[in-house]
Amino acid sequence: MSQPQAVPAGAARAAASIEHPLDVALPYDIRPRAAKAVRDIQLQQFVANATTVKDRGRRDAFRAAFGARADQVRELAGRIKQHTLDHLDWYLDRFISAAQAAGVTVHLARDAAEANRICLRLAKDYGSKLCVKSKSMVTEEIGLVPELQAAGVETIETDLGEFIIQLDHDAPSHIVTPMIHKDRAAVGRAFQRELGVPYTEDPLTLAGIARDYLRQKYREADLGISGANFLVAKTGSIVLCTNEGNGRFCTSAPPVQIAVAGIEKLIPRMEHLGVMLKVLARSATAQPLTCYTHIITGPARERERGGPQAVHLVLLDNGRSEILREETRELLRCIRCGACLNACPVYRKIGGHSYGSVYSGPIGAVITPLLKGVANYPDLPHASSLCGACYQACPVKIDLPSQLIGLRQRMVRTRVTGWRERLAFRAWAWSLRQTWSYRWMAKVQRWALRRMARHDGLSGGDSTPMTSSGWIQKGPGPIAGWTSQRDFPAPAATSFREWWEGRGPSS
Amino acid sequence: MKVSLFITCLGDSFYPRAGIAAVRVLERLGYKVDFPAEQTCCGQPMYNNGFRDEARPLARRMIEVFGPSEAVVTNSGSCAAMIRDYYPGLFEGEPAAQERARQLAAKTFEFAEFLVKVARVDLRAVAARRAERVTYHYSCHLRGIGVTDEAEQVLRQIGGLEYVPLAMPEQCCGFGGTFATKYPDISGAMVRDKVGQIRATGASTCVSSDPGCTMNISGACHRAAASVQFRSLAEIVAESMGLMDDVPAAGGPS
Ligand code: SF4
Repeated sequence: MSQPQAVPAGAARAAASIEHPLDVALPYDIRPRAAKAVRDIQLQQFVANATTVKDRGRRDAFRAAFGARADQVRELAGRIKQHTLDHLDWYLDRFISAAQAAGVTVHLARDAAEANRICLRLAKDYGSKLCVKSKSMVTEEIGLVPELQAAGVETIETDLGEFIIQLDHDAPSHIVTPMIHKDRAAVGRAFQRELGVPYTEDPLTLAGIARDYLRQKYREADLGISGANFLVAKTGSIVLCTNEGNGRFCTSAPPVQIAVAGIEKLIPRMEHLGVMLKVLARSATAQPLTCYTHIITGPARERERGGPQAVHLVLLDNGRSEILREETRELLRCIRCGACLNACPVYRKIGGHSYGSVYSGPIGAVITPLLKGVANYPDLPHASSLCGACYQACPVKIDLPSQLIGLRQRMVRTRVTGWRERLAFRAWAWSLRQTWSYRWMAKVQRWALRRMARHDGLSGGDSTPMTSSGWIQKGPGPIAGWTSQRDFPAPAATSFREWWEGRGPSS
Repeated sequence: MKVSLFITCLGDSFYPRAGIAAVRVLERLGYKVDFPAEQTCCGQPMYNNGFRDEARPLARRMIEVFGPSEAVVTNSGSCAAMIRDYYPGLFEGEPAAQERARQLAAKTFEFAEFLVKVARVDLRAVAARRAERVTYHYSCHLRGIGVTDEAEQVLRQIGGLEYVPLAMPEQCCGFGGTFATKYPDISGAMVRDKVGQIRATGASTCVSSDPGCTMNISGACHRAAASVQFRSLAEIVAESMGLMDDVPAAGGPS
């Protein structure tokens, strides 16, 4: 196996020249990226294949394990999280005491800046030079890695997917499968460029190179950073689920560990962990359990060989206590399994980067505007057909379509929705409140649309009064978007109600 | 039993034949059908776009109009879902109105659902027949109201009909109301997938449970010159029972 010859010294140089996919101008306009993504054949194939396979796998895994009771299991998992959130202050207190008793130093961070400050200060206090990091969405959310790098702490992502993303100066496009959008060739090129190894596309060889490279880093690292999948209130434990064992290395090889976790990661007791682990692994990767489930309760004890001497936990709010309000609280049940992304027909078409933020897919479309302001991400709540596939997939039963609608309501209330649209909807709604105006509007519409339509003899070409007939190929104003993609059917000559009125007394 | 037809905005203007078919099938099954003339829109477009306060008076109106009905049947899965999933929630803090919303929700049915769950129809008993290869588009809003394979059950009861399911029946067609006009690139990519899947079945007719989906998919088929006809379930059932001979459908390939 070829040995990597150089550390990724090119990282800083290249990072400066390549635009980061998640650096977006606000307010974020989803359209240009979405339009590009739907024309990107490779992205279409990769994302569609991977998500379809995962979505099917999840359903099969649930069915195999729980049969007809799959729904009840989701209900239970959702209730466990909801209960914890309903009493979050109590469970936080309990967790903090238990974690401190176990020897963990707990830090509270109000926002991203504070969390990063805490981590940087710790790194400085311990004199850290090299940090190995396991996969964590929350550290992506606060942008921790660039800050550490800037402060002179070389920080290496050790999850294979994240490692590749980091090497290639890319950004994760899926919360579980970060490099879902990348192909082997891109990986081979990144390895060649950044690690100085001969070009190869062979997955095993590439994984071997990464493995050797990372092993060396684990030995040298003086700091380990992780996220947390769950925090167990009763015992003060941090639970990490991984498939590569890298999380275990990161949290046991270096002398100091920092875990960063959102306050919503709490569950009451160990017995609840069983349920949560079962639904998480099945939802995320269709596995019965992830290969490694690491439960960390404090630093290494006396007579224990290995394990960190110091464990720090940064509990992050960063907008979560705002989401905790009643209408949106259920969103904090999220266990970041990615099932809603895999099920989402929109995500399948536009990929993760189109969401313009760390969290993508249906859950991202809801929490990004909540965390960063709806006015900054006005498209996200609307770029959904509300098909409900996400709701059906979610292992903790978050009603994502209703949450999207809730955000749309918020946009109307706070006038993020423009006045033209507000006026149009109000006028339309008013016209529907009287039968006469409804009929009159419908008649005008039918007349206007039928005038625009062409009859071309293909399906629907002939005129029959009771069916849609003819098509509009290039529509004006409100239907221009529609006809840019597909034809618009002309209405029927006679409406149903005209038919009903003309049919005489019913038999 | 008396059944009231809720025609919906799109059904009224674009697909009256589907409404006629529903009336005839229900009458043939022995129901007395009426059409409360005061009905307009259920408020779904307003509600889905965040105009909750604009949707509420329309819901109130619907509750009023269909108050006396024993059962309400509609050809639109999404309008049925609007009433069933969201009406009660619109009247939070108004117990009396909320109770009436719940009553309407409890007696509102999508057409296929009504045939299977209430009428317990068996088309074999009436020797329904239609020799044709048919596929079926499952409208996403049926998920919320717990409707799954009812339409397929009905289709399988029609003699001579060859039913070919879509490869990914649960995948959205990309309609989503204003979504289709606001995000045409995304919506267009979604519906083209659907067209491809319909084509792959080799079916000459696609049955759809929602006028919105029908507009979208049929429009995309037409753009792609795929000669597929679209029917509501009510139409195909009525045709199989010989009830539609006097109301021609828009012709297929001429
Ligand atoms: S919203 Fe549900 S499905 Fe989506 S990532 Fe969170 S837990 Fe998983």
